[in-house]
Amino acid sequence: MKHTGAKITLALIACAIFAGLLPVAWLGLGEGEKALDAYTLRVIAFTLWQALLSTAISALLGVAAAFALARRQFWGRAVLVRLLALPMALPAIVVVLGIIGIFGAEGPLAGLLPLYGLTGILLAHVFFNAPLVARLTLSALGTIPPEQLRLAAQLGFSDGAHLRHVDWPVLRQALPGALLLVFLLCAASFTIVLTLGGGPQATTLEVAIYQALRFDFDPARATLLALVQIVLCGLLGLGVLRFSSPIQAQDALRLARHRYDGQSMTARLQDILFISLLVVLLLPPLAALVASGIMSLSIQTAFFTALATSLVLASATAIFACTLAWVMATGPARVSTLASQAGLILPPAVIATGWFILASKGPGLSPVALPLIAALNSLMALPFAYGALAPALRRLLKSHDRLCDSLEISGWNRLRRIDLPSAKAPLSLGLAMAALVSLGDLSAILFFGSGQYVTLPALIYQQMGSYRMEGAMGTALILALLSFTLLWAAERGSERHA
Amino acid sequence: MKKLFLATTALLAFTLSAEAKATLTIYTYESFISEWGPGAKIKANFEKSCECTVNYVGLGDGVAMLNRVKLEAQNTEADVVLGLDTNLTAEAAATGLFAEHKQDASKAKTPLPWADPLFLPFDYAHFAIVYDTEKLPTPPASLKELVEGGGDAKIILQDPRSSTPGLGFLLWMKKVYGDGAADAWKKLKPRILTTTPGWSEAYALFTKGEAAMVFSYTTSPAYHVIAENSARYKATTFSEGHYLQVEVAGVIKGSPEEELGRKFLAFMLEPGFQDEIPQGNWMLPAGKTSTPLPAAFNELVKPETTLLYSPEEVAQNRRAWIDEWLNSQTQ
Repeated sequence: MKHTGAKITLALIACAIFAGLLPVAWLGLGEGEKALDAYTLRVIAFTLWQALLSTAISALLGVAAAFALARRQFWGRAVLVRLLALPMALPAIVVVLGIIGIFGAEGPLAGLLPLYGLTGILLAHVFFNAPLVARLTLSALGTIPPEQLRLAAQLGFSDGAHLRHVDWPVLRQALPGALLLVFLLCAASFTIVLTLGGGPQATTLEVAIYQALRFDFDPARATLLALVQIVLCGLLGLGVLRFSSPIQAQDALRLARHRYDGQSMTARLQDILFISLLVVLLLPPLAALVASGIMSLSIQTAFFTALATSLVLASATAIFACTLAWVMATGPARVSTLASQAGLILPPAVIATGWFILASKGPGLSPVALPLIAALNSLMALPFAYGALAPALRRLLKSHDRLCDSLEISGWNRLRRIDLPSAKAPLSLGLAMAALVSLGDLSAILFFGSGQYVTLPALIYQQMGSYRMEGAMGTALILALLSFTLLWAAERGSERHA
Repeated sequence: MKKLFLATTALLAFTLSAEAKATLTIYTYESFISEWGPGAKIKANFEKSCECTVNYVGLGDGVAMLNRVKLEAQNTEADVVLGLDTNLTAEAAATGLFAEHKQDASKAKTPLPWADPLFLPFDYAHFAIVYDTEKLPTPPASLKELVEGGGDAKIILQDPRSSTPGLGFLLWMKKVYGDGAADAWKKLKPRILTTTPGWSEAYALFTKGEAAMVFSYTTSPAYHVIAENSARYKATTFSEGHYLQVEVAGVIKGSPEEELGRKFLAFMLEPGFQDEIPQGNWMLPAGKTSTPLPAAFNELVKPETTLLYSPEEVAQNRRAWIDEWLNSQTQ
């Protein structure tokens, strides 16, 4: 049977989603609620509009920056590449405070941008996502076989021809998934949209679902809104993924990477421009975070427990999410890509509520709390793990297929001797990204943690909740340093191999 | 032989009593049991006299606790729920899950006399606009001045759809403006810098210097005086009076530790609990403390008029009033 593993994984994800949605739907059954009122329609329109704009800007900046990073060698490049995935691990409010440290009333660039309103939302979303697009694109560009690059250079390809014939086939596989990921992240944005939006005119569907589930305790309405989100995002996802192309098998000799395109003056200027833009976007808010955190580093016992809890959950999430992503990468491309985004399409709050209802009917929450947090984190991390791992892995697996068939290597032996060693680069990136999602998670830990389990972001919120805003920034700085160390290790592991 | 028998029985009785030591499970909000909250000391103080173990379960806030209890219904692990506020008690009572506290409610020191048979208060504070004296030398003296006065100093509010203080400000506006609340909200709109999902985000933005005013509590300045030795942030006094938040606890009906839960509620108004409230929760104690409050608490704004809707009024109207606010802010 073809794709057995992938089918089982897909079924598992479907079960996890239904285990979230059905109990909530069941609670609200028969309550009947006014469905798509004017308010909800306005919320849907705003959700889509801001997500579309955020994605477009992030894509433009991210892809251009990725080409620049792929083509140029410069001092500090390694650090910059490692910083790209860092924002993912930071709780939204920490990033908002970093941005405020630069563009806010008392920042060095005060008054440059109107921070409260659509501009502020876009700025924060692009800060999070342009580097993410850049990282995923860079990773995809890295899978182009070196002999193709050399061939293109020998044939004297213009930059345009290079893009069309060498880069585009790779981008077509990786970009639709990456952009869908960014779109869904922005559509589900909560803290950024409310805090920087300026008022309730900036409300996403996620906020409405949260409101229905919390203050109104109206499971019927929450289910309905969640279904709207699933249908909208699902349709959009299918639409986007139609553009992705099937994988071409390429037998690649492992050679040092060097690109020969982009030698013209325009290309050089363009690359300088986009690298500068990326630096200007990424570094100042991070610097503001370091500046405000370093003054208030206070390390208490609560900190070490939180650090340990964070590390345990991040490791479990990384391994689980990457196993799922690996298996799914062997399955049908479009279905798998769409299914990998499940944790973004359905709000974690709804999944958590459903799982909780099931747990409380069974063993109760306490014995299963940690596994549930890790499972929900994995579902949330899957889009990232999959985005980092799958495009490269699909190419690799396909290129190994013929060789392995002829040598009759299969199963565990093939995985251990052939596939795993050659997939080291995308795998370590996938592991790191999944770990970062877990490190930055607040929704699962606040729902299932019960105060018994406190991670670093939960500690940040505890500190903020008891007036210790500066201590919170100290904890945030440590979270950022931890994430950076992790990314450093992951990239080193992959570079040494490549 | 007889001695041995006695010794064994004594030992057995001892082990049994140790094993049979009851566990009191208390649902509360997370900041209550964080390293900086009052939870740990209160647990130790209660365990000195109760022959029991206190087990806290920390949830996001009052709303999260109520939802958790609603989801679990009869199967709830909670014996006591600690940290709902008066805006939630009507909905909590309607679940039928709470038992009468059977305490003398008049012992509770709240600005308005207490008579609820199900829920007993443990602390309170009035809401207030906290302002930055370096940015705003003369703050508005009334809610009307804030709304209609036309100054250009901005305020940070919380979203009433996701935050309890946010709902508090909405109710304050409604109490002062009644049917004119929608118009008042429209007038206030240009002065609102932003509306954050929770208190923490709003206060963090405020202390970063984003705005001159934030919606918080009369007790907030005490933290800055005591912990930071700073008098920079002060609370305003509004002539119309201030909206009140009372935090309460209740016992779950039919829980195996219902009686122990009542004992905890009685203990709640004693110094062993109340002493930890001012500097643990930064709220005002609703019972006796063993020593007078720190000086910083005496300098706080003391509203002459207390504004409060009954829990039933809030439960009936909350959704309509939130919709009214939404329409006024989004048009």
